[in-house]
Amino acid sequence: MTYARRAWIIFHKDLLVERRSKEQTNALLFFCLLLLFLFQFALGPDRDRLTAALPGLLWLGFILAGLLGLGRSFLAERENDCWEGLRLTPGDKSAIYLGKLAGNCVLMSAVEVVLVVLFGVFYNVDLWTPAAPLAVVLALGTVGLASVGTLFAAMTTQVRARELLFPVLLLPVQVPVLLATVSATQALLLGQPLGDVAHWLKLLAGADAVYLTIGLLTFEFVLEG
Amino acid sequence: MIAAQDLRKAYGPTLVLDGVSFALAQGQCLALLGPNGAGKTTLLRLLATLLRPTSGSLRVGGIDAVREPDRVRPLLGVVAHGSYVYEDLTARENLRFWETMRGGDAAPVRLAAALAQVELDAVAEERVRTFSAGMKRRLGLARVLLAQARVLLLDEPFTGLDRRGQKWVNEFLLAFKAAGGTAVLATHSLGGGLAVADRIAILGQGRLLLDRPAAGLSSEELHRLYESLTEAAP
Repeated sequence: MTYARRAWIIFHKDLLVERRSKEQTNALLFFCLLLLFLFQFALGPDRDRLTAALPGLLWLGFILAGLLGLGRSFLAERENDCWEGLRLTPGDKSAIYLGKLAGNCVLMSAVEVVLVVLFGVFYNVDLWTPAAPLAVVLALGTVGLASVGTLFAAMTTQVRARELLFPVLLLPVQVPVLLATVSATQALLLGQPLGDVAHWLKLLAGADAVYLTIGLLTFEFVLEG
Repeated sequence: MIAAQDLRKAYGPTLVLDGVSFALAQGQCLALLGPNGAGKTTLLRLLATLLRPTSGSLRVGGIDAVREPDRVRPLLGVVAHGSYVYEDLTARENLRFWETMRGGDAAPVRLAAALAQVELDAVAEERVRTFSAGMKRRLGLARVLLAQARVLLLDEPFTGLDRRGQKWVNEFLLAFKAAGGTAVLATHSLGGGLAVADRIAILGQGRLLLDRPAAGLSSEELHRLYESLTEAAP
């Protein structure tokens, strides 16, 4: 069986399980709504303050939702020892990582779309005009966050203090991604073209490539414990 | 088929298995008995290549299982406590998932035959979340059937099963042996183990206290041996 087929099977299984259980989707959507209310209370109606803070808030929302979602991405494997079953399957184990990563990216993207729409509605901000360049930044940022998040979720899933350990490990590594995404988002929301944030996109693409490579190369060791 | 020589497993200063050696020929079944903490599950996990021994050698099907676990794994069928099932997939979807991941033939006809063999064909489209422990165990056995494993490793196969379920597992194991399969089962059920095993091994404090043929061993004698050996173990 091909590498891509194994990755596809994991991806398909994860989406099927999530579609049926809706564990993460429901929790994350409710969490997004709570975040928006909290930000609204914290910032008040001052539009200038809101415009300055919006890119940071947007990515804070993505990161917090990502922490919740990614941290739970291997829980189904813990149940009924499926983790061991995956270890016993033949072939390159990085295909499992790739499938899990793809599933996490889809879930995170869905949450991001909902958050962006809600931000636009709640704060009356025009997010439609820069939608296309914003989508590029979101896609690159999501891959960066999910590639490390998937690996660290696998590392911490068998650990007792995983809820604590997961963000402690993930957030410091995400500094380049956060820096680039927040800066690029801010520039795009101020009406600058995509070309003006090319340096941030390069940083994001570089970070994604590094994180993805590390994930693919090390996942087998993580799985084998 | 299985040759273990002086297997030791330690977690830091704690020695869980201490010099376990045994050999098991093709078509034979070994019942591993012993009290809680004797090392049965650890030994089973070593045989399954899920753990590496601290020292000693292990060969399965003539392959060095310590150095080349990836070559040994296709020969193995493992049914552990959790049975490797996803609760939100149906019985059929679970079988399709594992068989495809194994690189095998997940044709609907094969899946249906395996489900019929473990008497789960009527609930093939139901989510595993609704299954009892015994049904999950049977689904685990269906997965092993599909994989056409040559070595079956079962951890407490009789736990959570009613009398009919236990009888069913016994019949399954006897058929597996008759087809040339080799099996190791770790169990607390002395009667269940004796009913299917060719060899009986008793573990205590990580050591093999007894390893003898099951033929000629009565249930009473096994209980007496078990009591005397496990109580005498340090």
